[in-house]
Amino acid sequence: MNKLALELEGDTHVVVTRRFAAKPESVFRAHTEPDLMQKWLLGPEGWTMPVCLSEARPGGRIRCEWSDGKGGGFHLTGEYIAVEPYSRTVHVERMHLPDPTPDNHVETLFEADGDGTLLTLRMTLPDAETRSAMLATGMEDGMEASYARMEEMMAKGELTI
Amino acid sequence: MKNLDTAFSALADPTRRAILARLALGEATVMELAEPFEMSQPAVSRHLKVLEGAGLIIRRVDGTKRPCRLAPEAVGEIDQWLNRLREAMARNYDRLDRVLAEIEKPTGDQQP
Repeated sequence: MNKLALELEGDTHVVVTRRFAAKPESVFRAHTEPDLMQKWLLGPEGWTMPVCLSEARPGGRIRCEWSDGKGGGFHLTGEYIAVEPYSRTVHVERMHLPDPTPDNHVETLFEADGDGTLLTLRMTLPDAETRSAMLATGMEDGMEASYARMEEMMAKGELTI
Repeated sequence: MKNLDTAFSALADPTRRAILARLALGEATVMELAEPFEMSQPAVSRHLKVLEGAGLIIRRVDGTKRPCRLAPEAVGEIDQWLNRLREAMARNYDRLDRVLAEIEKPTGDQQP
């Protein structure tokens, strides 16, 4: 029921939807307040976000720095374009790997859905090639998480090869 | 990875996605594909060449015809790729579920 859906739309969009058992205000805050963002916006297991800046107002800056705890990491910068508490934000973001990726324009909707919230992220990339590259980066993150889990299981002796 | 890049570029075109959707129903010739799309056969052939180059379709020779069908392994690979991305995002949101439960937990101050 709370399963994430990720679909490609047209040539340049990626649309992600997910339902949460919490009111829109809480989901909105968890997406815009740094101390809350640092608790979950982490990607693979073992990664942390030591630096998080989120000025949730039009023109406000965004900066997130992730670390794998082993000297590796990357950061993201962005700017808010529109902020409508607690229903909608629009921002642009780019990853620095370390060269900046093309801007990803993201509209985030927080809609009341029964006693929960339906979250919709609509990402717009400059072109189809950039979208492919972004999806490929996401896949690498996912694979990294899988490898990290595998390492953990091997360390615990739950998996032997 | 390069194959996936080519596959995604091939999928970026709405006509090519429509052709794939048609081929999901079964094998078809260039003539059969050109008809519903109101396109010339050379135009359809150009799209088919891109799809074939990306490994998304397979063509066989049948006399003078070259019927096309979906390459199941290629489509499966793209789907598997998107699934990995879904999993990576799903993990973040599972964590968010716990953060939200914490935010909305009654503080206890309001209890009698």
